[in-house]
Amino acid sequence: MKTIKTDIAVIGGGPAGLAAALAAKEQGAALVTILERNEELGGILQQCIHHGFGLHRYSQELTGPEYAQRFIDEVETSDIDVHLETMVLEITQDRVVYAMNAKDGMMRIEAGAVVLGMGCRERTRGALRIPGHRPAGVLTAGAAQRFVNIDGYIPGKEAVILGSGDIGLIMARRFTLEGAQVNAVVEIMPYAAGLTRNVVQCLDDFGIPLKLRSTVVHIHGQERLEGVTIAEVDDSWNPVAGTEQYVPCDTLLLSVGLIPENELSLQAGVEMDAVTGGPLVDHRMMTTVAGVFACGNVLHVHDVVDYVSEEAEVAGSAASAWLQSEKTQVPDVTVKAGEGVRYVLPQSIDSRGEAKLFLRVTQPQENVVLDIGGLFQLKQRVVRPSEMIQVKLSRKILEKLDSNAITISVAQEVKAVG
Amino acid sequence: MDKAFYVCTICPLSCEVQLEIEPDTKEIRKISHNRCPKGKDYAIKEFTSPERTLTTTVAIEGGIHPLIPVRTDRPIPKPLMHDIMRVSAQVRVKSPIKMGDIVVENVLDTGANIIASRNM
Ligand code: SF4
Repeated sequence: MKTIKTDIAVIGGGPAGLAAALAAKEQGAALVTILERNEELGGILQQCIHHGFGLHRYSQELTGPEYAQRFIDEVETSDIDVHLETMVLEITQDRVVYAMNAKDGMMRIEAGAVVLGMGCRERTRGALRIPGHRPAGVLTAGAAQRFVNIDGYIPGKEAVILGSGDIGLIMARRFTLEGAQVNAVVEIMPYAAGLTRNVVQCLDDFGIPLKLRSTVVHIHGQERLEGVTIAEVDDSWNPVAGTEQYVPCDTLLLSVGLIPENELSLQAGVEMDAVTGGPLVDHRMMTTVAGVFACGNVLHVHDVVDYVSEEAEVAGSAASAWLQSEKTQVPDVTVKAGEGVRYVLPQSIDSRGEAKLFLRVTQPQENVVLDIGGLFQLKQRVVRPSEMIQVKLSRKILEKLDSNAITISVAQEVKAVG
Repeated sequence: MDKAFYVCTICPLSCEVQLEIEPDTKEIRKISHNRCPKGKDYAIKEFTSPERTLTTTVAIEGGIHPLIPVRTDRPIPKPLMHDIMRVSAQVRVKSPIKMGDIVVENVLDTGANIIASRNM
């Protein structure tokens, strides 16, 4: 078996892996290796041909490929070692990575530190348990996006989209522009899951109806999908009898959520957070296994790629710093999600430094405050589960902390009298 | 008085801005339900001359994939989206192409170029 020694092994060459590898290099790691299973770098960004990426990072709206190209160009001019079409099979607790490809066969990669950047995958029909036959034509929105934007193949002529996540909305527009018809986007919640801008520019612009508080209750067709039955749901998400409606379609796209892809992390013995579906990490993005770091959608599903890059840069440079001196500050404060908060990352921080928290709320609300462990409060005009919130904790603020836990919660704004 | 509604997409508050419009002259008489002045300009623009950035793909020969992603380098009039799609559907380019290379110049006289979104 071919054996490779490297300082930092980065698993995945998508936005997280690219940014982590570059940051590790910048922090002084001599040997950085990216392992990517696809035939090119860039990850899912390569099929996200719509614009809207990079607003936070570059103050302009790039398409996915344009955003990726900036990082790919940098990686290509660096001496980062890239292995494409390479499948990682196993990562051990002592940071040995087993991978294979057609050229090198099996490889044993002995890494000083490992950065996990495997991303996420889409929830499928199996996870939803929709009754009916199993005809062709039922696929995830991201799979359809790959067919249409990369392979040049439109999977159907008449579609229904289940779920109003951004990929679903984007695909509604893509199908329409490519000459297919989209009969409806069906969303179980009382509000769209994706950005308002996408509802306006992907549905309203083309007169595509968005059916809220509704779901697909039956799939029709033997060989090929012929139609779906949709129905309204009540407050406990059960279909309401009498509201069923048959909608013909040959394609059903599912845009019903993403799941961090953590099989490799689990093998390495990394402890998981039940809410995020990703590893528990500290302020360095280090998991519970020493020297194994995680960033991007493998850690938690992001709505904005800019934050993936930022998080990955923390992971990459921390991995490099840890390798140079394993004594980098260990966490001493636990971070917890309180009332109205679904999760907060990282789950532990170092009170002697500064920290940046990423969090999501449980439900949309207006005019609330975020209470940061009683240390301070942040006013928010509007909070939504779909939009991740970032909170910076300065060194000065953390100095005031006199406990070993911080709870972040959402509270109603208290109006000052007078 | 006719009414038109535009959901402002500038910030997450998503105000549903309401325009009151003179039926004959199509003049805007009143703008309301915007929680800040940006919503006013947004709604006027959407009512009078809405624009969108178009992103799609064109066929490429000799690339790693059969298609290369492209975009208009500035927003184009919204009603022209389908017409521009018909133009881009006819385009074939040859690898190598660099990000930013012009694929169609001044498409349908809009002043916008269709440019490549990546190297291939
Ligand atoms: S009108 Fe102002 S406050 Fe309302 S969505 Fe637009 S930018 Fe936001």
